[in-house]
Amino acid sequence: MDGSSELKKTPLHALNVSLGGRMVPFAGYDMPVQYPAGVMKEHLHTRAAAGLFDVSHMGQVTVRARSGDNTDAARALETLVPVDIVGLAEGRQRYALFTNDEGGIRDDLMIANRGDHFYVVVNAACKDADFAYMQEKIGDICELTLHDDRALVALQGPHAEAVLAELWGDVSAMRFMDVRACDLHDAHCIVSRSGYTGEDGFEISIPADLAETVCRRLLDHPDVLPIGLGARDSLRLEAGLCLYGNDIDTVTTPVEAGLEWAIQKVRRTGGERAGGFPGAGVILDQLENGAARRRVGLRAEGRAPVRADAVLATDPEGQDIVGTVTSGGFGPTIDGPVAMGYVAGKATAPGTHLYAGVRGKFLPVTVVAMPFVKNTFKR
Amino acid sequence: MLKFTEEHEWLKIENGVATVGITTHAAEQLGDLVFVELPEVGATFSKGGDAATVESVKAASDVYCPLDGEIVEINEAITADPSLVNSDPQGAGWFFKLKLANAADAESLMDEAAYKELVG
Repeated sequence: MDGSSELKKTPLHALNVSLGGRMVPFAGYDMPVQYPAGVMKEHLHTRAAAGLFDVSHMGQVTVRARSGDNTDAARALETLVPVDIVGLAEGRQRYALFTNDEGGIRDDLMIANRGDHFYVVVNAACKDADFAYMQEKIGDICELTLHDDRALVALQGPHAEAVLAELWGDVSAMRFMDVRACDLHDAHCIVSRSGYTGEDGFEISIPADLAETVCRRLLDHPDVLPIGLGARDSLRLEAGLCLYGNDIDTVTTPVEAGLEWAIQKVRRTGGERAGGFPGAGVILDQLENGAARRRVGLRAEGRAPVRADAVLATDPEGQDIVGTVTSGGFGPTIDGPVAMGYVAGKATAPGTHLYAGVRGKFLPVTVVAMPFVKNTFKR
Repeated sequence: MLKFTEEHEWLKIENGVATVGITTHAAEQLGDLVFVELPEVGATFSKGGDAATVESVKAASDVYCPLDGEIVEINEAITADPSLVNSDPQGAGWFFKLKLANAADAESLMDEAAYKELVG
């Protein structure tokens, strides 16, 4: 089945096509996997200058307390995520996880405190399910709106601040995970200093009808190239960031995934608002006692990429299987293969030598700390 | 004699030995290659067997043996520098030389005009 006629288009679809994007189906959308520069150049350009990504397929949701008291919305969100939302200051954003009753992860998301409401960004493939879930669980307390009327773009890389400053001078006052409203070229936008590449950068929500105008202004800058999903994936992999559906899913817990940092003390055992989220029993226990397996970084010794679903063994014959690769490929900045996967407790220490099954052979890999490329966030 | 397959390989056949590579169209579709694995000299393959593997940043793809035969030479230059396949796919980016089990088999493959029609 071709299915292309059923694919949805982002507000930037025409621009993506006009820029020479090679379009592929992704999470129900017709999205650019790469532009004429190609994945390698797009990746390296983002780390050296600035890249612009269309991520409008992701779900943007506003969460507004029916009482008018934003703390009620914060308390409602805390019933869904193991994250401190009540303590999230106005103008700040946090990484969060929708957990399930088994301690697994329904989705990962960003939550921003916008003063009189919360602004939430969820994954494209999960957004309809997430929205229905939020409606069911907190719809009585909060008014929820899914904003298909807004585009979302990411401007990432060391030159991102200078590029955005040409449209909005106040940008340099923002630090990592700050969120501000601003007018870019007369479009009322929401800007956060965040991203999915490990680089400094911004994510910008733009009204759909003005999105192409704003993006063309950003692309006019000689330092900015459009970047497709291919480089988006290799950039996030080098940054050690999870891809929902690959590295985290409904049967991986936040502790197994190494995402303990997303669970603040106030939500942990002994904290003022400990527990109270789905799967708290499992997750709080794992925070105290550890999990039987854990997500680790992997570097191959050769040049052959080790990709998702490769099995990991302690011996070169592949007899003693201890885990599986969940994401892997070639890291253009590392100039070599990089991967991540889950391994049993005995094999999680950095420096552990393992063997990955690739096309019938077992190739030597080493467990390493992530990220593979040092992040450059402006904290 | 230059021939092409539906799997986007080219074969330059001289005296019963085919020099085999992937077409310009295939190289463009695959994007920047980062790894190439070639067969061993002396290996024999049937038509359609997995003779080589190419990997881009994003994905791995098989290169099939276009006809029955034996590998008599491989191009180590592309394992050392896979980008050669992108920069010169139908020249310096060749993969291997295949001694055809039956030289007449090549007659069934496409000529250049037919291949151009296939890829548009």
